[in-house]
Amino acid sequence: MTTTATAPTRDLAIAATGLRKAYGEKTVLDGIDLAVPAGTVFSLLGPNGAGKTTAVQILSTLIGADGGDVRVAGYDLATQAHAVRAAIGVTGQFSAVDNLITGEENMLLMADLHHLGRREGRRITAELLAAFDLVEAAGKPASTYSGGMRRRLDIAMTLVGGPRVIFLDEPTTGLDPRSRHGMWRIIRDLVADGVTVFLTTQYLDEADELADRIAVLDGGRLVAQGTAEELKRLVPGGHVRLRFTDPAAYGSAAAALREASRDDASLTLRIPSDGGQRQLRAVLDWLDTAGVEADELTVHTPDLDDVFFALTASPTSPASPSAPAAPAAGADSKETVR
Amino acid sequence: MSAPSLSPSPAASPSPSPSLRLTVRDSATMLRRNLLHARRYPSLTLNVLLTPVVLLLLFVYVLGDTLSAGLAGHPDRGQYLAYVVPGILMLTVGGASLGTAVSVCTDMTEGIIARFRTMAISRGAVLFGHVAGGVLQVMISVVLVTGVALAIGFRPDATPVEWLAALGLAVLVSLALTWLAVGIGLSSPTPEGASNVGLPLLMLPFLGSAFVPVDSMPGWFRWFAEYQPFTPFIETLRGLLLGSAIGKDGWLALGWGVALVVLGQLWSTALFTRDPSR
Repeated sequence: MTTTATAPTRDLAIAATGLRKAYGEKTVLDGIDLAVPAGTVFSLLGPNGAGKTTAVQILSTLIGADGGDVRVAGYDLATQAHAVRAAIGVTGQFSAVDNLITGEENMLLMADLHHLGRREGRRITAELLAAFDLVEAAGKPASTYSGGMRRRLDIAMTLVGGPRVIFLDEPTTGLDPRSRHGMWRIIRDLVADGVTVFLTTQYLDEADELADRIAVLDGGRLVAQGTAEELKRLVPGGHVRLRFTDPAAYGSAAAALREASRDDASLTLRIPSDGGQRQLRAVLDWLDTAGVEADELTVHTPDLDDVFFALTASPTSPASPSAPAAPAAGADSKETVR
Repeated sequence: MSAPSLSPSPAASPSPSPSLRLTVRDSATMLRRNLLHARRYPSLTLNVLLTPVVLLLLFVYVLGDTLSAGLAGHPDRGQYLAYVVPGILMLTVGGASLGTAVSVCTDMTEGIIARFRTMAISRGAVLFGHVAGGVLQVMISVVLVTGVALAIGFRPDATPVEWLAALGLAVLVSLALTWLAVGIGLSSPTPEGASNVGLPLLMLPFLGSAFVPVDSMPGWFRWFAEYQPFTPFIETLRGLLLGSAIGKDGWLALGWGVALVVLGQLWSTALFTRDPSR
């Protein structure tokens, strides 16, 4: 293996090939390839237990891999772990703040461990506490912080050393909507400053919102990779949904629209559609012709939820999703996921 | 808010391995963190201090007359006080290091330890910080318990050199037991577990010469009592403070002390640096 950083690898903040990890008999990562360009947000998406946290733990030098070549910030993970650590910042899934001391003391501890001078450490601490809206709470023990405050302190601590690559493992899990949007703003600011962000999440809208590239991890393999738009194109999930209150109207509509899939319990019909004007008009024309009136009409365009369910639904996920059945299942159980 | 406005830290310029200077600096940072914990939450520290003082008062004022009658043939509480103080001091060291085992174990459950592992700091710093903090707490406890002993009439006849040697012995023993305690703390899944596994640190002085001479014990047990580390520690301290014969116990104490420091450090370091996923 050569260690000279050629042009393409220099531009990659994270480059992994054939990353493998097993716990005993259980394979958690089964040959993962990752390429994250510097200054972008990369989101690793997957259901619980897919191996997201394991991937972050390996990439951030916390645990060792069983196989594969990994370079982070241009350094080899296996032989230059110390240099990798100097370049990265990590905010794990579980709070990594010292609960027994105050927020400010936590920040100064980080400044000391980055070997900043006393004045420099104080300056950066004050700057970050202000930026993360923690000035008021700075003198209180971290154990008294709310979930959102603790997460903000956690990220502020991660930023003390000015890391070039930041790993965020489910940074908004358990946060209220306002804190979540605050976190998104923080992540966007970081990227605007040229930092590379490696983000894991189980919230699809979060990946959609933030990530330049998304990889879907399932059963230890990457089942899809691309931009949010590219991933959405993988799945034919669009449909028009008609809901009725009158069973008779539902019955005659179902008879008229033969290609619709029926849900007799909730009196709804689902007609495959790309959401375009022409198809929508055709549906309305059919309804007019049949002389029935739906109580509610909704147009559903494919989103990452559909992708997620299509790609991770079955235990033996194929790389190319088969099927109209999967998106339908996705749309139905979506509410329970959010 | 912006990351670039934060000037890059010296650590951002990668070095192949942290130098000794950085190890010392990081360890000092970790020590400050542990002392901050101890100052903020003194309950554990007080608890560690209280046990030996209570035992000292109990053995001198409740049991002293009877025990000294068995030792010297006639009741003499003052003489028993002199006999028991070196034992109580070593028990103080053992008990205080048990506190370190509990606090190390508690600390390892904190998420911040994972953060330390992903930072470019000296790997040993976390442990060195705990050991330095632990030894410091042990020595403070030893000084305070010695103060209580002097206040109730303990009158050692040690020369300044003997005092210095006694201090050195206390530091060696606390270093040895603290490293051992750090290993116990690292290997225990819960603080309660660490407290249970570490109990011998508090109990072994009872099974040695802390309260009664080993000669008075049954033959099969005497062999264990005579050679287990606490008896040479106690006998050497007794010799230094009160002028009793030290004999082979001096070398035994030194040997046990150095061996336990080395073993404790190797064991702890292996536990801390092992891959948590294996």
